[in-house]
This record gives sequence, structure tokens and C-alpha cells, in this order.
Amino acid sequence: MPLVKNGRIATDLFVHVADGAELPGDGAVLISSARFLEDPEAILKRAGKTGVIWPNSRAVDDLVPYLDRLAAVALVFPTFRDGRAYSQARLLRERHGYDGELRATGQVLRDQFVFMSRAGFDAFEVKKDADADAFAETMKRYSVFYQPTGDGRVTALNRRMQLRHSESAGQ
Amino acid sequence: MYAYDELDRTLINERVSEFRDQVKRRLSGELTEDEFKMLRLQNGVYLQLHAYMFRVAIPYGTLSSKQLRRLAHIARRYDRGYGHFTTRQNIQFNWIKLAELPDALAELAEVGIHAMQTSGNNMRNVTSDQWAGVAPGEVEDPRIWSEILRQHTTLHPEFSFLPRKFKIAITASEHDRAAIKIHDIGLRLHKNADGETGFEVLVGGGLGRTPFIAKTIKPFVAGRDILSYVEAILRVYNQYGRRDNIYKARIKILVHELGIEKFAREVDEEWRQMGHGALTLDHSVIEEVRSRFSYPAYEKLPHMPDELKQAAHDPLFERWRKNSVAPHKVQGYSIVTLSLKPVGGPPGDATADQMDAIADLADKYSFGEIRVGHEQNLALPHVAKRDLPQLWKALDRLGLATPNVNLVTDIIACPGLDYCSLANARSIPIAQELTRRFANHDTADMIGRLHINISGCINACGHHHVGHIGILGVEKNGEEFYQITIGGRADENAQMGALIGPAVPYAEVADVIEDIVEAYLALRDRPEELFVDTVKRLGVEPFKERVYATR
Amino acid sequence: MTSPLEQKKIRITGPSVVTANRTWDGAVVYRTAQHGWSTALSDAAIVSTSDDARALLAESAADDVGAVGAYIAPVELKGRVVEPGNLREHIRSKGLTIDLLPA
Repeated sequence: MPLVKNGRIATDLFVHVADGAELPGDGAVLISSARFLEDPEAILKRAGKTGVIWPNSRAVDDLVPYLDRLAAVALVFPTFRDGRAYSQARLLRERHGYDGELRATGQVLRDQFVFMSRAGFDAFEVKKDADADAFAETMKRYSVFYQPTGDGRVTALNRRMQLRHSESAGQ
Repeated sequence: MYAYDELDRTLINERVSEFRDQVKRRLSGELTEDEFKMLRLQNGVYLQLHAYMFRVAIPYGTLSSKQLRRLAHIARRYDRGYGHFTTRQNIQFNWIKLAELPDALAELAEVGIHAMQTSGNNMRNVTSDQWAGVAPGEVEDPRIWSEILRQHTTLHPEFSFLPRKFKIAITASEHDRAAIKIHDIGLRLHKNADGETGFEVLVGGGLGRTPFIAKTIKPFVAGRDILSYVEAILRVYNQYGRRDNIYKARIKILVHELGIEKFAREVDEEWRQMGHGALTLDHSVIEEVRSRFSYPAYEKLPHMPDELKQAAHDPLFERWRKNSVAPHKVQGYSIVTLSLKPVGGPPGDATADQMDAIADLADKYSFGEIRVGHEQNLALPHVAKRDLPQLWKALDRLGLATPNVNLVTDIIACPGLDYCSLANARSIPIAQELTRRFANHDTADMIGRLHINISGCINACGHHHVGHIGILGVEKNGEEFYQITIGGRADENAQMGALIGPAVPYAEVADVIEDIVEAYLALRDRPEELFVDTVKRLGVEPFKERVYATR
Repeated sequence: MTSPLEQKKIRITGPSVVTANRTWDGAVVYRTAQHGWSTALSDAAIVSTSDDARALLAESAADDVGAVGAYIAPVELKGRVVEPGNLREHIRSKGLTIDLLPA
């Protein structure tokens, strides 16, 4: 399953470690929320970076105390119809100021890329190779956005107000 | 009318390109039907019994003549020459070819029409009063707010994969023509004690398998806060709405299971945490949207022009005028409803030729503007009273002057088993038969206001629960049967109808409805007492006795 | 949604066909004995055992590019003429009932 990060297909530096398996002494790991919450301090003391896979059925509030020490949070799309992780992503980015890697996992397909990016995801475990290859092109589909999110894109309303402002200033 | 600017145009063109790519991937086999289904649903494409069905949005029910002509063109070029207006200010085409859909969408985009989010588990077309902006006594034109919400809900990155579909309706009149109490969110514009404009926000209404009337969650939300408040509701719903059972996934179930007080607390807490952020609408932003609505340059006209006085001698004209013409906020003008319910016709259908002709009449008599109402009729919103006689003659020739608006033959009906893959029973032939039974307009006038709503299955697209008389098609051992309710209503006093007795077979429905109407005529205490008021006063029993005594 | 193939307990009680809608235009089609699709019910492969029905459905559903939503539908055999077995299939095969009503 290819990983797209910062707009390009990238090598996944995080090793997925299953719940029963032994944690390596160093290196970046991605572990389940259950494992992480058993003893967060011990895990965060490891030499390597820590990433947590957070289920879409649990409020992100429980993760908030550790955000500044996490290198990655992976949110889950069990099916592409299940959009709970979009809300979690926006809360992490916009309310809790999380600025590490925010990864989309599960049923991640081409036609969700723009929505995911707007919600704050910057890494994508893409289901199909062809979709990963098409990432950059797909992200160019839209140039107009109606809603303000934390992604920095200027909304249609803001562009209109700017236009108004420059028009009235030019008169 | 709202005028699209370059940004609105760019966005819908980008959506067309995206969908064209999705269709191409589907036809090449790159996407399976399972993957494609939700993508097509997000753009209004269903698969029905005979073919793909294509639902096009008519936001808040406002169309220009140019747009209506383009809809006629779509019907003719891509379909079988007609379209069906729905109960949510959409138009449906029944025989669209998937391979041609991107071209049809591109042609619609040229005139500022789209099909975004007319189906799927997202925020649907924002609907409003079809008389918005012209009805006397309105707080203000609710379409400004409808448009603000339309933009905000279009391709929303957080709420495009909700537990289930989500419908918002807005009214600014005391008399609710937008059926806001049967919507996921209903918004009623009003002024608070300080004279500030805002909204009463209702939540959790809906029909279907588990019908609920919406409850007030907040009596007053200031206009500038409406986006953030709606966003807070949606965020709570997106996270906590049920996803384990499609029949329990609507927000009405969440509101019901939590109770309105607890749900309101959740929303308030979310809203408080959102703070006064990017969603707060500055005065200048609201004015920016308002400035892109244009209004006709009305003339100063007399209240009672000579043309109208003369035409009053023609009883046929007078019958139509009394039935289909409503007061306008500007003196000398009227709102004219065009009945799409001819005797024997399928409710809500219009042919391409009719659409073209209506567009011409709108140019001639209504400043090029047409409205679409949830009762599946059209309206010309700005007709000078002096033009009414001429307009009537033209409409009559087109079969659009049936004087039955709000009467027993003004039936709301879903497409039913003739078209729909979800239906258990037919709706349209039942409606057609009823219009024949009550074809005599004198009888219909004597009966007075009576709304019959027909759905072909429990999903209730025909709003049967809130019909004064509701008819619901069910299947029993391979046969079509119909449950009948009475006493429902969809307005500001919305309530669900009550079942009158056992379901009856297809062939007996019209007889039963006739019996119910006869019972009403015998039971009403004076001619002015409407059917729905008689039911309210007496309950179901006396009707049940009369209707089922001989069955 | 459960794929039709997962419905292991498919059981038919009389002659049946497999029907679907053609992907590119949505037209009502029937699976033929030649492993293709036809818009004519008279061309449909007719199965009379549950095993045959299951096999025909499996083959049909595998052709996702050709047609969508394949399912088993009952038919009635009147001599050599094949008729739809219920109202829904009658409507899909013959079109709207609306014009068929007495005026």
C-alpha cells in the first residue's frame, strides 16, 4: 500500500507494530491507541518517534495531552462512507494545534484526497497504486473553496471581499 | 435572482470535470460499481428500475427563464422529453445514459445549474419558501441565507460523508411553505426583542420509517452566527450519529435517543469551543451575498387595473384567479401558481415544450423568473395584475391553468413503482385516478383545502405522513396495498397523520378516499372548516366508522 | 450492501432469469445463455434450479463493467413466450403502467 506524503509517494519511515509484538528499541513506530494508552509515558521515552493509530469511534480528547510528543497520528476510514475521521482531523489541527504528521488510513481512495487535505491530512496510505500515482493531479481538481478550514486555502468569500476592497480602493 | 460570479462558475465546472473523470473510470472498469456508487450519488445519479435517474438541484426553488430552457433542452436531448419536479425543489430526469451525463452536466453548468449533493449522505439542496422575496409580511428574503448555506454546504470537506443524508429548509414567513418541521434542520427567520434578525433553529424532523416533527434546539441564533451553529450541529451528528444501521442513522434518531436537551447541550458545548472564528458572518459578508441578488424594477401599478375588472366577468378566469393567484408584496403585482397537476396527469411532471413555453411566459410576464415549490407546482413570482387575463389564456392553452392549487387534486406523489427501485407500490396511477374522481372543479372548490400525499414506500418521498390524507403503498404477498392516514400537515402546525384502518388493495383506494371526503362533508360543522380541522376536532374514529362500516 | 453472491441461500421456486441494468446507459438487460446481455426478455437464459440460478448470477455479477446490480427475477412461461413474473419486473420489462390505465 503506497504512502503519499507531502504530495509525493514516499517511503514509510514508520514501522507498524502489532499489539502483541515487541517494540523495537529505536526507530519510528506506529502503534494502536490501546497499546499507547496502556503506558504512554514509557512509550514516549523510547529513542524512536511514536505514531498512534486512533480509532474513529473514540474522542480525540484522550490523545490531546500527548500531541506535542507524537510524530504521527493515523486516523481511520473503515469504509470510504464513514466520515468521522474528517471531524477528528479538523479538531486535532484546528482546535488542538497538532502539527505533526496526520495520516489517513483504511479505505483511502483518489476521490477523497481533496476533502482529506482540506481537513488537515498530510499523509495518505492509499489503497490503490493508480490512485497514489494520480495524487498530484487529483489535488489540482479544485481551485475554489467555499468553507474556511485550517488548511490555509483562501475561501471564495474572502476572495470576493478582497476583490471588493481592491475595487473600491482603486476608485 | 442570485447571479453566479466567476468563482461559483469555476467551482461547478471543476465539479463537472471531476465527475467526467469518475464516469470515465467507471466505464473503463477502473472503478467497480461498489466504489462508483457513492461518487455518482454525490452527484445526483441513482439507478432506478428502467435506467439511471438524474436529480438536478434548484436551490431554494428559484430558476431563471434561461435555466428553465436549459432544463427543457436536457429533457429533450438526453432524456424522453419531460422532467419531474420533486418535493425538495429538484427536477429529476428518468432515462439518462451514464455515458452522456458529463455532457448534460456541462450544459447545465453553463447556466449555473448543478446536481451536487442531490443524493448521497451529505448536505442536500437547501430549500426555501417558493414565495421567498415576494410574499407579503416576510421578515426578509430567506434566499440570502439559503445561498450562504448553499455555498457553505457545497463540497464541505468535513461533512460529505455523514451517517446519512441531511436536509435544511428555511422560511421567513409566519405561514411555513417550506415544511421546515420535517427537515433535519429547519430555520425560521425572525426578529428578537431587540429587533435583531436571526433564526429559530429546529432539529431532528423527518419522515420515513420513523417520522419525527423537528424540535426547537435554540429559539434565537443571530444571523452572523448561523454558519457556526449549523456547523456545531453537524459536527456532533457526524461524530455521534449512528452508522451501524441505515434506518437509525438520521439525526432525528440521535436527537430522539439523546433527548433534545442533552443533544442541545452537546451542540452548545461544541459551539462554545468553536468560538468566534472564521465562520462568523460579518455584516459586509452578508451584504456581499445580498448584493448579488437582483430584484425586478417594479412599476407603480394600480391595485385593481381595468383589465382585471373586465376579466372578472369570465367565471372560468375568476375561478382560476381565486385559486391560483396570491397577493404580492408590491401593489399591482401577483404571485401566480402554475399547477402541474392536470386531471389524469402524473403529479409534478412537465414536458420540455411546457418548460420552454413557461420560460417564454416568465420573460414576458414575470421578469424572467420562475419558482419551484415543494408541492410540485411552479410559480411565476412577479406578474403584473393587468397581465393576469393574458397569462391565464396562455397557461390554459398549455394545460397549466388547472384551478386546483391546494385542492383535493393538487396531489403530491413520489414516482412510485413505475420508476423507483425502492418502491413497493405504484403512486402515480393512484394520483391519476383520484384526479379523475374529483375532476369536477365545483366539487373540489366545495371540498376546500385538502392535501393528498402519496408515497410508494416507507421512505416517504411523497410526504404521506404529513398529507391531510396520506396514502402509503406497501406490498402484501406480491400485491399492492395502501395504508391511509388522515390529519397530517406539513406547515407551521406540522403533525403526523393517524392511521384510519387496515390497508386496502390498489383497486379500492380511490373509493376509500371518496368515502373519507364524503364523511368530511357530512361531519364538518360549517363549509369553512377545513378537512384537517375537522379531523383535529373529531379525531379519526368518526371517519373510520363511516369508511370501514361497509367494508 | 451484501453482494448477491454472498446470499448463499438463494432458492428459486419457479423458472427465473438474471436481470440487471446496463452500465453505460442503464437499460434493463437480461443475461443470455451466450454469456452476454440482451434487452429482450425472450433472449434470457432461463434457469429452473437453485444451483443453476446461483451459477448464472455469479457469472452475471462478475461482469461489473457490462451491467450493474444483477439479481434473480421470476418469469412465467406461457408456451414458448417468457413473461415477467411480478409487477415490478413487468414494469421493468414493458415500461410504465401509467398509460395502460383506463382513461
